[in-house]
Amino acid sequence: MKHLLAINDLTRADLEGLLDLSEDFVAITQREIPKVPALRGKVVVSLFYEDSTRTRISFETAAKRLSCDVMAFTVGSSSVSKGESLRDTVQTIAAMGIDAVVVRHRAAGTPHRIASWIDASIVNAGDGRHEHPTQALLDALTLRHHRGRDLDGLQVAIVGDIRHSRVARSNVAALTMLGADVTLVAPMTLLPESLEGWPVRVTNDLDSILPDLDVVYLLRIQQERLTEALFPSLREYTARWGLTVERAGRLRPDALVMHPGPMNRGVEIAAEVAEAPSSAIREQVTNGVAVRMAVLYTILGSGAPVAA
Amino acid sequence: MVRADVTSGRLVLRARVFDADDLRRAHTRIAHEIIERNHGADAVALVGLYTRGVAIARRIAAAIEAFEGTAVPVGALDVAFYRDDINLRSVQPLGPTEIPIDVSGRTVVLVDDVLYTGRTTRAALDALTELGRPRAVQLAVLIDRGHRELPIRADYVGKNLPTKTTEDVRVRLAEVDGGVDSVELWGPRDDAVEEAPE
Repeated sequence: MKHLLAINDLTRADLEGLLDLSEDFVAITQREIPKVPALRGKVVVSLFYEDSTRTRISFETAAKRLSCDVMAFTVGSSSVSKGESLRDTVQTIAAMGIDAVVVRHRAAGTPHRIASWIDASIVNAGDGRHEHPTQALLDALTLRHHRGRDLDGLQVAIVGDIRHSRVARSNVAALTMLGADVTLVAPMTLLPESLEGWPVRVTNDLDSILPDLDVVYLLRIQQERLTEALFPSLREYTARWGLTVERAGRLRPDALVMHPGPMNRGVEIAAEVAEAPSSAIREQVTNGVAVRMAVLYTILGSGAPVAA
Repeated sequence: MVRADVTSGRLVLRARVFDADDLRRAHTRIAHEIIERNHGADAVALVGLYTRGVAIARRIAAAIEAFEGTAVPVGALDVAFYRDDINLRSVQPLGPTEIPIDVSGRTVVLVDDVLYTGRTTRAALDALTELGRPRAVQLAVLIDRGHRELPIRADYVGKNLPTKTTEDVRVRLAEVDGGVDSVELWGPRDDAVEEAPE
């Protein structure tokens, strides 16, 4: 595997291989010295054109735990503020001799374009509304920890702003590939224009499916992307689609609550629900480091088999 | 361990090195030697290297317990992320590292099936060091086939088996591979292709 650009580029075997490898890295991250020399001498650049705390820190931690050298590129303090184009920036960085670039960009498809410009491996850390593959991997890993390796028939609802969500897109691809049944729950205005080819069910009535769910996956209401009035008010949204304490009480006792973060407490999820034992939100963050180690190791650590 | 530099898949059986009885005698003798050299087994821990080293470590531990009444802790070590050939081939972990005790202050006997270049042992020493500071580290192997590429030697050897690099030592253990225990030497069909001795 040279790049990780989209979950849809992977086969089920690729996906399961990455998750299996992630388990090895979970064990390593729990050690007293949570670091291995596997990728000594490899250089990873994190190139984030969009704000991020967890994803960026998670990737950088993962790279360092594999003994990579990490260079962080921050748009605000770079030549981008002098008007340098993306292509020039990327080619300049590549000329310094690097092995992988972890990219986040507001425009869908940017990681693919960068991959066509330079030789280094590219990891998509979120591109516009398109994909966020490592988020889906860490979510799948978290589900495996609670439900075992086999996710067949698992009832998952992804609730919220599906339309603007790369997390939803990657998760639908990954979870359905692993056998889960995914239902998208959102007001009609927050669904994509077309759901053709999405192997999912769709409803706008969260209450009707609540008792049947194994997993409620809440998406952040992305106020920075909501330029038009897609629902009357945040309070209205919470009333119909928020996971309130009352709604959480109607879930099955073993149902799992997930959220990719950052949370709008009191909007899509009640603060008490986020902290409850059924919440896997903190665990998702911990697993993020392990899956990103697995991704970097797979991309940078598996040289072509040497012929005899 | 099966090495990648065996020239082709078309190898033929050259010699049966061990049958099940030979293998049992070898690990039994190694168990005795470990006890003798360490004046008992109280401060000893066995750490097997995946995959067959783990099984052999368990057998040696069972033998030590039978002679001495001492239950020696057995761990399993995966060295994938410490190897020096990560960029040359696809190196995947073979199992979870599980060491049930703190190795610090113990005499750790690393156990593997075949000692060849010594590179796996080198990786194992690094992996072990991350987990603590053993009082001493010793190495037990079922077969030493020569061709070392690093200054490493075994403390306990089931059998020294001179080989060519074109040959392949195949260890079969019932609990890992099914069937009956055996060690076999396989080599290329064409004996005319000789290479210089080591």
